[in-house]
Amino acid sequence: MSVVTNPDAPTFRLDMLWRDERYRSGFIQAITMIILMLVVAWLVNNTVQNLAALGKDFNFSFLWQPAGYDINQQLIPYRSTDSNARAALVGIINTLVVAGLGCITATVLGIIAGVARLSKNWLIAKLMTVYVEGFRNVPVLLWILLTATVVNESLPAPRAFRDLETGAVVATNRGIYIPRPLFESGWLVLLIIAALSIAGAVLFSRYTKRHQEATGSQLPELGNAVRWIIAGTVGLISGVVIANVLFTLLSFTPLEEGNTIIVALGSAASLVLALAVVRWAANAQVAGLMIIILVVPTVVFYFLLGRPITLEYPTLQGFNFQGGIQLRDSLIALWLALSLYTGAFIAEIVRAGILSVSHGQSEAAFALGLRPNRTMKLVILPQALRVIVPPLISQFLNLTKNSSLAIAVGYMDATGTLGGITLNQTGREMECILLLMGFYLVLSLLISLVMNIYNSHVRLVER
Amino acid sequence: MKLLTLATATAVAGMVAATGAQAQTLQQVKDRGNLICGINTGLVGFAFTDAEGNWQGFDVAVCKAVAAAIFGDASKVEYKPLTGKTRFSALSSGEVDVLSRNSTWTFSRDTDLKLEFVGVNYYDGQGFIVPKALGVTSALELDGATICIQTGTTTELNLADYFRANNMSYEPVPIETESEAKQKFLANACDAYTTDASGLAASRSSYPTPTDYVILPEIISKEPLGPAVRQGDDDWGDVVRWVLNSLIVAEEYGVTKDNVEEMASAAGDKPEVNRLLGTEGEYGAMINLPADWAVKVISSVGNYGELFDEYLGPNTPVGLERGLNALYTDGGILYAPPFR
Amino acid sequence: MSGTHAETVAYVADTQYDPEPAPSSSTGPIAWMRESLFSSWTNAGLTILCIALIAWIVPAILEWAVFQSVWNAKSLSECREIIATRFGEGAHGACWAVINERFGQLLYGFYPADLRWRPDTAALLLVVALVPILFRTMRPLVYAMAGLIAVKVVFAIAWTLMGDDGMDFLLSPTTFVALVVGGLAFVFGSEAVKSKWLYFTLAYPLIAYFLLWGGLIFEPVRSSLFGGFLLTMIIGVTGIAGSLPIGILLALGRQSRLPVLKMVCVTFIEFIRGVPLITLLFVASTLLNYFLPPGTNFDLILRVLIMVTLFASAYMAEVVRGGLAALPRGQYEAADTLGLTYWQGMRLIILPQALKISIPGIVNTFIGLFKDTTLVAVIGLLDPLGLTNPIRSDANWNGIVWELYGFIALLFFICCWSMSRYSMLLEKRLRASDRR
Repeated sequence: MSVVTNPDAPTFRLDMLWRDERYRSGFIQAITMIILMLVVAWLVNNTVQNLAALGKDFNFSFLWQPAGYDINQQLIPYRSTDSNARAALVGIINTLVVAGLGCITATVLGIIAGVARLSKNWLIAKLMTVYVEGFRNVPVLLWILLTATVVNESLPAPRAFRDLETGAVVATNRGIYIPRPLFESGWLVLLIIAALSIAGAVLFSRYTKRHQEATGSQLPELGNAVRWIIAGTVGLISGVVIANVLFTLLSFTPLEEGNTIIVALGSAASLVLALAVVRWAANAQVAGLMIIILVVPTVVFYFLLGRPITLEYPTLQGFNFQGGIQLRDSLIALWLALSLYTGAFIAEIVRAGILSVSHGQSEAAFALGLRPNRTMKLVILPQALRVIVPPLISQFLNLTKNSSLAIAVGYMDATGTLGGITLNQTGREMECILLLMGFYLVLSLLISLVMNIYNSHVRLVER
Repeated sequence: MKLLTLATATAVAGMVAATGAQAQTLQQVKDRGNLICGINTGLVGFAFTDAEGNWQGFDVAVCKAVAAAIFGDASKVEYKPLTGKTRFSALSSGEVDVLSRNSTWTFSRDTDLKLEFVGVNYYDGQGFIVPKALGVTSALELDGATICIQTGTTTELNLADYFRANNMSYEPVPIETESEAKQKFLANACDAYTTDASGLAASRSSYPTPTDYVILPEIISKEPLGPAVRQGDDDWGDVVRWVLNSLIVAEEYGVTKDNVEEMASAAGDKPEVNRLLGTEGEYGAMINLPADWAVKVISSVGNYGELFDEYLGPNTPVGLERGLNALYTDGGILYAPPFR
Repeated sequence: MSGTHAETVAYVADTQYDPEPAPSSSTGPIAWMRESLFSSWTNAGLTILCIALIAWIVPAILEWAVFQSVWNAKSLSECREIIATRFGEGAHGACWAVINERFGQLLYGFYPADLRWRPDTAALLLVVALVPILFRTMRPLVYAMAGLIAVKVVFAIAWTLMGDDGMDFLLSPTTFVALVVGGLAFVFGSEAVKSKWLYFTLAYPLIAYFLLWGGLIFEPVRSSLFGGFLLTMIIGVTGIAGSLPIGILLALGRQSRLPVLKMVCVTFIEFIRGVPLITLLFVASTLLNYFLPPGTNFDLILRVLIMVTLFASAYMAEVVRGGLAALPRGQYEAADTLGLTYWQGMRLIILPQALKISIPGIVNTFIGLFKDTTLVAVIGLLDPLGLTNPIRSDANWNGIVWELYGFIALLFFICCWSMSRYSMLLEKRLRASDRR
């Protein structure tokens, strides 16, 4: 390094601040800093002056005063005499519930619709295009309002069930009632057994994978008879489920018009599903065995322990159904609208992801003799996932933020409690809105964080 | 680029109006040439738009009356539709001059929120409506019911208090707008619908079969609804207060839209009417208004009774009886202080 | 030669046979159906399921929306009576009469009826301002204006025949503006002079401001009268136009090597992206007045415009950042090698390429913003969705739901769908130019 350093350093001139590389960046940053601080000071000063002029103060003590209003959906106990802070907490939990449920269903819907849009079946591809374009191009607020109207107007009121035998699941326009599990002594043992079987299934799948990598054969090599038994079992289980759903729909929901259509659609769906299940199970014995590992011990011990978990069914008492878990109409409308809306976006992301995988990859997979399903699962999706995950994260964020539109259907989320009734009744706009923004900000950052960790996990490791 | 800057500058200058939020509201309104009035975004009978796109309704009429008193022209009003959330901050920040949006006069609003309620233009109370088929005759039979609430006023709190006091449970379904709440109620997504009794009657009038629904006898709260102004500008408060009172007094003395011009043409034999209509004394000057301010008010919107009949009365689809809102001489509690 | 050939080979075809048509099993509608609808049992089942679904839903919708609908009535109850008498008791039909009556309100809000030609003209000029940005020549503008005038003529004739006054509609200021603009575009529409039209685009905000708010020679209109689709357009277009430059600056700031600048930009972007728009609108409607000097009073629409623009620019910044990141490192180095300053390099080398890459994302942000304008209904601004409330509070229309929502959904669908179509067109064009 033979840089000639000038011993008598050049005298500092003012214009060097923005002409000289050495000073420029520091100078610009200092200016930015000063401007920023001035702006902040100005805003704070204005706020203080305005509040003083209105005789208002800025404090959060209202949070510990009684809220005075009731909330219908509460996952933690809450009464109207509890504090505003607790009301806000109830709302926050409700936000988390609808956002969590929405993210799951939106992903499922989006994957189905995205794959279906690429289906060779012309009709399905076109129908999915209609779905995707229809939902993407109409504001989500409008969809939420429309879904709420559909839920309220198409399902029957509880009164319609007065003289009917009702069963496990009841769909009314005040929500869908599902059985509530009642835990009696021994349920913990059962839970541990269930957890153990899950662990066993995971271990089993690892073992088969290693075995397959080592020997190339899927394990265990089973005879045709066993395969068909597995397929039959799985088909039977799904058949029973479908039959149950159909039965529930038919006998407990007095839909007079359209009953025949539901039967027709339901039978067609169950036929298709059963065919698919049989084929899938016949192909993937391992999966079938895993289901057996998962289900059999738990079921056996369930009866051995004397049925420690029973179900409480909803029954019509007075104005409403009592017992069971009520998924309120507002939750369902919001959940459905958000899932359908975000699902349309996710469908596009999935489609783009699949299309981004070079055509040669699927051709190579077919050449190796992989079936379309396995090609999708083993070749296309793992590669597509890297393209899919980052935009998927931002869709989850969007869904969470869009859940703040819950006030349109009367779902009491954080915006409805803290930013709604509490704000209205206390008149503390600044405190409430700042808290609300803080909550959403933290939530968004958390989701980003979790998903970024996952993202770095699936990212292609480059040389 | 210069054009753009210029455009932005002009646009901003055009829209940022410097106003002292605290005092001299009357002078500001006069200088501005119109009254800015906060109203509901839509409430049957009280605030709605007609086919021509004009705001109409019982609350809107208060705005018109104030504008008529100041400018002699009821159309010089700029309407700001406000939601339950934005209404009080819009008033306190000076965005609106007067808030005439079915707001209940309560202790905390009057004191803590720094509002000043100038009077009551409608005495209301919270009630319930249920389908006849439900067989319910009293609110006390609503234990376990699902109840749709139109939020925004004190409705949620009254309901919670009432059910707690009577040791009953209920399932609240809070809805922001009247139209959505009604839709839910008609679909039987709730057993009962609660809001101010006037709202219930108005709502019922629009049901496909109004006779299938009954309003329960219990009124569970006092809801004096009235216009409000900012605290701290008493002169302006006086203007709005006495415009409101003039409507009531006019009804009391039989001054109507049709006969007001005639009665104002010369001093008559009723001293209070003369003082109201400016044919005797300098009452207009005391609140910095023209002497004939009340004449303009009544000739442009009518007296209280006429307003009631036009927007809420039995001949309208809303079909409300006067009830508490009759003059004290007719068995109601409407009682305006004397013009003296 | 041919002789020897003939001796060695037993048979040589000396004519070309016409190819046989493909077997009927692999062409034609039946083959298509077998291929794309019934290729397997599962597929066949799904097809039947879809057909059943369509057969169930579509006729019901058509019956409600078209065959049993009412276009002329004064109130919902009148609608119900007409439907009951015409189609029998218990028939369901749409009451489009509410749209018929409130069409102007849903489009313009409370804008004075005799001044509605001004928003019309502003919308028309918006097209003029957009064409030089969106297309290569001004030719599309000529087609658009010709189309507009043709549509107007058809409607005018139809209305005159029906006994209404159609000439008023035809002889409106918009027709003349369309004629003038279309003519100008026809004469000066080539690719070479297109750039001159951009000056008009630059001046457009000013023109639109005077047309909408009034001032100068126009009668002023208060912004509280703005509503309906006009308000949607104002918020959407301003947000879109304002967010692009701010978004680019933010994206550059986020990429900056100056830590403070970078931190400020990152904080801003992440904050805005982390909170729902609705909370920002609450800030605009209730808190912004606290943050400004005592006594200042902003118009609510202006406050909302500011918030929406800031909101959109944070999203725009992320889209542009994606474009910047996608550029190969060599482009930046090339700019430095040429001795360009930072801004010169950005303007001449980096941004043109980065923006080109991010166009689909930018258009998507626009579509999202346009849809998000409906949220202003929550803070009491009367956009089409907000207007449903006062309309339904009119005793005549109390109880109407689907017709209003359906109409608004259609309005938004048309706008957003055409934007997304345009973005696809652009993507295709870009891909074609990349392939060179």
